[in-house]
Amino acid sequence: MIPINYYIALSAILFTIGALGVLVRRNPLIIFMSIELMLNAANLAIVAFTRVYQILEGQIFVFFVMTVAAAEVAVGLALIVAIFRTKHSINIDEMNNLKG
Amino acid sequence: MLLEYIAIGVMIALATVIAVIAIGLGELFGPKKRSSVKSEPYESGIAPIGPGTRRMPVRFYLIAVLFILFDIEVIFFLPWAVVFRQLGLFGLAEMAIFIVILLIGYIYAWKKGALEWE
Amino acid sequence: MPPLNFSIILPLLVLTVWACLLLLVDLFVKNKGITALLAALGLAISLGITLSQVGATGTSFNNMVVLDGFSTFVNALLLVSGLFGIALAYGYVKRMGIERGEYYTLLLFSVVGMMLMAQAADLIIVFLALEMLSIPLYVLAAFARPNVNSEEAGLKYFLLGAFSTGFVVYGIALVFGATRTTSLAGIVSAANAASSGTSSLLLLTIGSALILVGLGFKVAAVPFHMWTPDVYQGAPSAVTAFMAAGAKIAGFAALLRVFSLAFPSLASDITPIIAVISALTMIVGNIIAIAQTNIKRLLAYSSIAHAGYILMAFVPYGQKGVVATSVAAGLFYLVSYALTNFGAWAVVIALEKAEGNPSTGSGQRGLEIADYAGIGRKHPALAAAMTVFMFSLTGIPPTLGFVGKFYLFRAAIAGQFYLLAVIGVLTSLISAYYYLRVVVTMYMREGEPETTSEPWLNLTWGLAAVLTVIVSLVPAPLFDWASQAVLKLF
Repeated sequence: MIPINYYIALSAILFTIGALGVLVRRNPLIIFMSIELMLNAANLAIVAFTRVYQILEGQIFVFFVMTVAAAEVAVGLALIVAIFRTKHSINIDEMNNLKG
Repeated sequence: MLLEYIAIGVMIALATVIAVIAIGLGELFGPKKRSSVKSEPYESGIAPIGPGTRRMPVRFYLIAVLFILFDIEVIFFLPWAVVFRQLGLFGLAEMAIFIVILLIGYIYAWKKGALEWE
Repeated sequence: MPPLNFSIILPLLVLTVWACLLLLVDLFVKNKGITALLAALGLAISLGITLSQVGATGTSFNNMVVLDGFSTFVNALLLVSGLFGIALAYGYVKRMGIERGEYYTLLLFSVVGMMLMAQAADLIIVFLALEMLSIPLYVLAAFARPNVNSEEAGLKYFLLGAFSTGFVVYGIALVFGATRTTSLAGIVSAANAASSGTSSLLLLTIGSALILVGLGFKVAAVPFHMWTPDVYQGAPSAVTAFMAAGAKIAGFAALLRVFSLAFPSLASDITPIIAVISALTMIVGNIIAIAQTNIKRLLAYSSIAHAGYILMAFVPYGQKGVVATSVAAGLFYLVSYALTNFGAWAVVIALEKAEGNPSTGSGQRGLEIADYAGIGRKHPALAAAMTVFMFSLTGIPPTLGFVGKFYLFRAAIAGQFYLLAVIGVLTSLISAYYYLRVVVTMYMREGEPETTSEPWLNLTWGLAAVLTVIVSLVPAPLFDWASQAVLKLF
């Protein structure tokens, strides 16, 4: 069996890629995908731990993370579509009506 | 332990070599005649209509969002179905409440006209 | 299977069912005022049940939720905040042309999430509650659609909120990996057992730090505060008022419960971090606020600064003897902040106008501090109320803010965080400059301000002003109640 450390390392790498993606990319959709990557890195870690420890609690948590992420997707995409309809652009750099 | 994976490693190496040879030989010796017809997007032999990256009507997005929401919630049925017999009436009642909550969302979407195509 | 004790979360359940039904009822109600009144009725019923639970304790759902003095206190505060939120929105949404029934349903769902946060005794519930309170707030922030400022605020809040959620979830995953459980009671015993230098202790420390970062975003602590001014400015004022109070209360409730119950063994690592965050938040919030000319941005930076003050109550969370009074001081300060905050935003709403270009959001809308000139002469009552709120935010007696800060600084000194208390006093002095500038503008400058007078709005600022003064004169009963609101571990 693959040792648990490999899973933790992989999930840490995924999480870092996701976090960097949020900070570096300028397109809300890509930022959003990076956030999903962060959530799924956490899911991977939880599932790996659950498998090693042979307890079910974590699997349920992963279910919750997935469903809540779907709810977030719905709200996030709705916001992006709404702002695209008003501004015809979704570039983060052009969102400067509010200074800061 | 790593020895177990050596077969996969060999396969990856072989596949890479063969792919490079196949593409490389074709690139080296194949005749190249570029024309505007050839660089058109491939549409199964039919002449393509309009640009390839066409905009989708925004209505598709609404349907997609509703689909994601109701689709993902179904995930909770799976663990319930697995232990359906042990949970008994209690589990059934819980699941009924869950479905009622989903139904409220469905009725809301319906009444708001999110399911109308026109 | 253990029997489920639904009475533990009865206020929450009632509010959830009420909100679901309200969503359907609203579809058939033309007059959205009725929806608002129904939503307020639901909050009032839930508040009644919460108050009847004072003194009750218990746990249910396999130790995933608890009911104790702390949760009852916080729930009552959240429900009152919800009522204030509806009172502020009632006339405002009509005036701004954004009257939609979903406003009230979303507000109720957000309150449900906040209450669940206060009662959570398991990291899974903490996560669910966090999302349940945040997602409706994302929508509410963008509620003034198609106003581009509001949409932008919604998107920014959403992106940074989801980002912080990522941190919380990953933190929970690491804590779960270190302790093999997500229940706070299970974590504390596993954390005590973890010997120093082991990998599980490392995982636990990183995990708790990530949870701290995620919740730090929610309560707008420096350096996780970048979103606050933009979101507070862009979102409809009534939403901002509710968001500033509610999200902060819930975030601090979660921080206090999770850290003082689950991670006391990590106090030696975590306490210095929180002390630095608290000091930075007070300094940065107050200093940047000086440069603001827009009242909404001013209040946003003021809200950041106050997050720093409340964090001060959270610093000595690992010291057994001090933590009880410090938590009580934090709760007291939350009450004073919530009350003052709603009052100040009610005044902002009274001066806000719907005019201006709706698609760019620019134009004269009565949101600059200069627009407050002349209120002292034209509307003495409103000016007096605003003066009370500004005094309270600064911490000048006789207002609730002064008493709250007094308890906070006393708790910090009892925990031997002298430097933090000194920074608190100094930054309060700095804050006097920009808060009093508003007061000076109101009384000393000539101007022709236009204000709106609506019954519920007037009631809000009137009631908030009166309570801010009266409770500060007799603070003992409230502080005693806060002192009994101790955290209980099962």
